[in-house]
Amino acid sequence: MQLALEGISKKVGPQQWLHEMSIAPRSGAVTVLLGATQAGKTSLMRIMAGLDVPLSGRVLVDGQNVVGVPVRQRNVAMVYQQFINYPSLKVWDNIASPLKLRGEKNIDQRVRELAEKLHIEMFLDRVPAELSGGQQQRVALARALAKGAPLMLLDEPLVNLDYKLREELRDELSALFAVGDSTVIYATTEPAEALMLGGYTAVMDAGELLQYGPTAEVFHKPKSLRVARAFSDPPMNLLAASAQSGGLCLDNGPALALNLPASASPRLTLGLRSSALRVNAGQGDAKLAGKVELVEISGSDTFVHVSTAAGELVAQLTGVHYFALGAAITLYFNAAQAYVFDAAGLLLASPQRGGGR
Amino acid sequence: MFLTLRGCCWPRRSGAGGAEMARIELDLAHAYRPDPKQDSDYALLPLKMTFEDGGAYALLGPSGCGKTTMLNIMSGLLAPSQGTVHFDGRDVTRASPQERNIAQVFQFPVIYDTMTVAENLAFPLRNRKVPQAQITKRVGEIAEILEMSGQLNQRAAGLAADEKQKISLGRGLVRPDVSAILFDEPLTVIDPHLKWQLRRKLKQIHHELKLTLIYVTHDQVEALTFADQVMVMTRGRAVQVGSAADLFERPSHTFVGHFIGSPGMNFLAGRVDQSGFHCADACLQIPLGRVLPAGELKIGVRPEYLVPASANTEGALPVVVSQMQDVGTHVMLSATFAGQTLKARLSSDAAQYAPGDTVWLKLMCEQTCFYKDEEIVP
Repeated sequence: MQLALEGISKKVGPQQWLHEMSIAPRSGAVTVLLGATQAGKTSLMRIMAGLDVPLSGRVLVDGQNVVGVPVRQRNVAMVYQQFINYPSLKVWDNIASPLKLRGEKNIDQRVRELAEKLHIEMFLDRVPAELSGGQQQRVALARALAKGAPLMLLDEPLVNLDYKLREELRDELSALFAVGDSTVIYATTEPAEALMLGGYTAVMDAGELLQYGPTAEVFHKPKSLRVARAFSDPPMNLLAASAQSGGLCLDNGPALALNLPASASPRLTLGLRSSALRVNAGQGDAKLAGKVELVEISGSDTFVHVSTAAGELVAQLTGVHYFALGAAITLYFNAAQAYVFDAAGLLLASPQRGGGR
Repeated sequence: MFLTLRGCCWPRRSGAGGAEMARIELDLAHAYRPDPKQDSDYALLPLKMTFEDGGAYALLGPSGCGKTTMLNIMSGLLAPSQGTVHFDGRDVTRASPQERNIAQVFQFPVIYDTMTVAENLAFPLRNRKVPQAQITKRVGEIAEILEMSGQLNQRAAGLAADEKQKISLGRGLVRPDVSAILFDEPLTVIDPHLKWQLRRKLKQIHHELKLTLIYVTHDQVEALTFADQVMVMTRGRAVQVGSAADLFERPSHTFVGHFIGSPGMNFLAGRVDQSGFHCADACLQIPLGRVLPAGELKIGVRPEYLVPASANTEGALPVVVSQMQDVGTHVMLSATFAGQTLKARLSSDAAQYAPGDTVWLKLMCEQTCFYKDEEIVP
């Protein structure tokens, strides 16, 4: 199935919830809608599902305009943040319900297959209330998969689960989506989740669609400062700079040799991912001296917040590291790892990918 | 199954900030029923733990692990079904929260909307009839730390949720004479981008005021960032007490290896005999100088330490690639060996592999841990 939205927009009262946008999510793959709360992700999904009618534009399913076709006449499966199941039905009946509606055969076998895929086969005889949150959401996911709909919409399905469960389910979901039976639209606020799911990503901000493309490509080549901000966790380090011959010079910081277009604006913004900053110097590195403000430890990574004359920075170091609050620290980075944005916020340069880094 | 745990020794910080902090000793258990027979009858399995004076501790675990039960036993809201709680050697097992002199900060702001910020902060002191001059001084200090000096005369009602929670924190911190301050997931209502600022505040506060702080959370970042010593709990059991580095480098239980880190530690189950560690038809040499018990054993190695090696390298296994994900700042390799899944976190410029490729990964390295019956082999 090919879904395509053409020039759709949405207003609620005087407020523009969705600015005019067009998007054709890749058929048979997962498309992540990435953006902060209020970015317009849910509004867009409701239009895709047929729950809402756009103010303008067309929603095409395989070339047919379906605007105005009620949701029950469309073949769409949805999963929400809240775990929505039939409370009085056993898990088996919850998963079987879309199969029964379609009058399918071998229902028991299908239910067991799906339950096994989502690791809930041992709970088939229980009612949802007897399960943990993670298990209940698995039931909702199994039912959505049972529907076998060509379009599956998931609105932050893992947000109410604790991080270990999220990690597990995310892995399982990306494997299920990879089979390619349906077009999947998956909304999240977390950049890391988009990267783990892979596929394609549409970055949204304040009702605007900023960029759509293969997830890794959008991450590594954000079109604009706004995309880079939305698609980076921790936030991309941004430092003010001025263009000069052969590169740029950071305000209150070192000069960097960079290949920038001659037409670049005089004022620039340098962007550095936290993982590009190191505490050990490499050959040809630029350095920024500062003071440790906080050390956040996630287990796999340590995030060191540093204040420098050029601005506030966060460095991501693998593993557990300790630094005293207020201690002096020097951060190193290579200019080849830098993103550069012009005064209008458009990308001028990004790190070279693959080979020789 | 009696578990003994001890936080590492803390340097005494005598007289710091005029605090009268207490050393808290627990030697107890809490059962759901009067005659507990099996582990599942306990909300909290028998444990011994000492919280040293002036330390910053966290209780970390998934929901239902017993961490809130433990907090309530310390604060005096709950009496343990067996055993004792001592504050500086004094038995307080049956003493009320007031008698224990404990301050608590909860998930949601507990403040008076009709009062100003200053009045809210002063309230716990005023209740204790502290002289006005002292109150003014202390409220000023706390407001300074929380960066609320400019808002002291503002009504609390008009403030945002995170500002209100800052006042809650301030009310917990304002009395210099408390035995300990207990935090129960205090940053739940705070917006993600403000969380790190408050974490930083808490860290500074501990540094400046030398208070005994005990922090309950299910969030590993919060626990590891805030505390010097973290107690990891699962199913009513405290499985490890240690620093962030201890929990990451040498998890004493497979649960800790799994729970700390994203993704958690890799485990590969096999058998040990005189010739080495066997898994399926492969045999790995046991590192020189290591003595491992014969029989079933698990190797534990973190994704951060798994690296590709050339074929037949000692300590390496040929694994079959199932996926290679570009997760932005690095690449995550998922692979299987004899039906067991392994993940390796590789740098972005690592060689590319396709699903089905065979790659040798070095499992025996300096950081490899060994587990017998889920417990680390020392």
